[in-house]
Amino acid sequence: MPLLKFVIFILSLLPFAWYGWGAWHDTLGANPIEAVTRGMGTWTLNFLLITLAVTPLRKLTGWHAALRLRRMLGLFTFFYAVLHLTSYLWFDQFFDWGEIARDILDRPFITVGMAAFVLLIPLAATSSNFAIRKLGGRRWQALHRTVYAIGILAVLHYSWLVKADQSQPLLYGGILVVLLGLRAWWREVERREQLAGKYQPKIRNRIIPIQPRR
Amino acid sequence: MNNTPAPSEITPPGLYARRREFLKTSIGIGLAGAVLPAPTFAAPAKLGDGAKKSVFSTGEEQTPLKHITGYSNFYEFGTDKEDPARHAHKLKTRPWTVTIEGLVKKPVTLDIETILKLAPLEERIYRLRCVEGWSMVIPWLGFPLDVLLKQAEPLGSAKYVEFVTALQPETMPGVRSRVLDWPYVEGLRLDEARHPLTLLVLGLYGDILPNENGAPLRIAVPWKYGFKSAKSITTIRFVEDEPRSSWMKAAPREYGFYSNVNPDVPHPRWSQAKERRIGEFMKRDTVLFNGYGEQVAGLYSGMDLKKHF
Repeated sequence: MPLLKFVIFILSLLPFAWYGWGAWHDTLGANPIEAVTRGMGTWTLNFLLITLAVTPLRKLTGWHAALRLRRMLGLFTFFYAVLHLTSYLWFDQFFDWGEIARDILDRPFITVGMAAFVLLIPLAATSSNFAIRKLGGRRWQALHRTVYAIGILAVLHYSWLVKADQSQPLLYGGILVVLLGLRAWWREVERREQLAGKYQPKIRNRIIPIQPRR
Repeated sequence: MNNTPAPSEITPPGLYARRREFLKTSIGIGLAGAVLPAPTFAAPAKLGDGAKKSVFSTGEEQTPLKHITGYSNFYEFGTDKEDPARHAHKLKTRPWTVTIEGLVKKPVTLDIETILKLAPLEERIYRLRCVEGWSMVIPWLGFPLDVLLKQAEPLGSAKYVEFVTALQPETMPGVRSRVLDWPYVEGLRLDEARHPLTLLVLGLYGDILPNENGAPLRIAVPWKYGFKSAKSITTIRFVEDEPRSSWMKAAPREYGFYSNVNPDVPHPRWSQAKERRIGEFMKRDTVLFNGYGEQVAGLYSGMDLKKHF
C-alpha cells in the first residue's frame, strides 16, 4: 500500500506538471491562460469524481484498502481547486475584488463554483487524524457528506459555463449520478433489510446508523 | 507526450511559403554568378500581391497567423477551438458558388473565380472581438460586401440580409451533433451589410483564406461579436423580416440579432467589460462597437442597445 500510495501521489501531480511545463514552454496554444484555468478546473472535477468513486469501488470489489487512498485523493481535489480559483482570481480578474464580488453575485456559474470551493475548505481542514478524533467519527462523517452537494455544484458550474456544447458536462453529470445513485440505492437496500429485522444497526458498523422510518 | 511538434512550433504558413522565395533567390544569386546574363526569378503570385492598403486598418500589432488559424470557433468542425485546424482541411472549396436570392431584381449564382475578380482586393487590418471574451487583430483581404450585393440588384422591400454557411456533412464532423441548427445562418440589417466597413473576405495575411477561417469566402463585420461574421458562405438572401440566426435559435436569451460589441451589455452568463487580446497577459477594456463607433454609431442612433442586444 505505501508503494501504491506513492505511485498515485506522483501520478496525481502529473496534470500540474504538464500545465506548468506547457506554460513555461508556451505549448498551451493561443490562449494559455484560459487553458490553465480550464485545465485546473477539469482536474478538480476529475479528482472529485475519483474520490467519490472510492467507496463504490470498495463495495463492488471488496478491496477495502482503497479507503486508505481516499484522503489523499480528496486533498488533491482541493489542491486543484485552489489552483483553479487562483488562476481565476489572478489571471481573469487581477484581484479586482469589486469585480469578483459582482461576478459571484451576478453570474450563476461563478456563484455555484465559489460555493463549491467554500464548502471544500472545511473538508480539507478536517482531513487530519487529529481533526477526526477531535470531531468524533459521527460528526466528521456528517460534515464530509457535504461532498455530495459539492459534486452537484461543481457539475452545475461546468454546465453553466459552456457556450452550447453540453456533451462534456453531461458526461461528468452522468458519472456523478451513478456514483451518488449507487450510494442512495445501497442505503435503501440497507434500510429495507433493517426494517425486515435482518440485522441490528451495530452489526453493519455504520458510524451514523440508519434510523428507518415506517 | 510524443514527438509530434506542438501547433505553436509549426512554421506559420506565410513564412513557410516564403521559403521558396528564399531558395530561388539564393539559387538565383548562385546562378547569376555562374552564368550570365542573370535569369530573373519571379516570386510565386499570391492573392495579396498588389492589394491596396485601407484607411480602415488599425496599426495595432497583428495576431500571429498560427493563432488565427489554430484558435477559432467554426462549430461545423467541432466545438473545440482547436477542431477547425484539425478537420477543416477536408472542406471542399472548389467548385464553389454563391447564390444571391430573395428580394432581388436579378437572382444570380456566381462562381468563386468570378467573385475574386469583381473588385480589386484591399488589405483591412481589423480587430475581432469574440463573444467569449478574447480578441485578435487580423489582416483580412477582400473588398466591400456591397460590391457583391449589388450584383443581384436588391429590391426596395429588402430590409435584411441572411447569410447561409455551407453544409458539407461529409467534410464537417461537427454537424453530426445538434449543438446548432445547421446550416449556420447569420444576418445583418441591410444598412449594416452595405456599410463600407463590412468586408467580403477572400484572403488572410496576404494569401488565400485558410479553410479553418471560412474559405473560400466569408464576411468580416468588425464592430460585432465574431459569430456574426459568417464563414464559408454559399447563399445570400435578401429578406423583409429580421432573420433568426443559428445562435438566436440555440439560446434566444443570450444572443440577440444585433450582437454589437458592447462592454455595458453583459452576456447573461458573463461580463463583456474586458477582453484578453490573444498573446497578451493583462486584459484590456472592451470598447463600444469594438472601437469602430466613429463609423457605425450612427446606424443605431435612437436605439436602446440593451434591448437590441
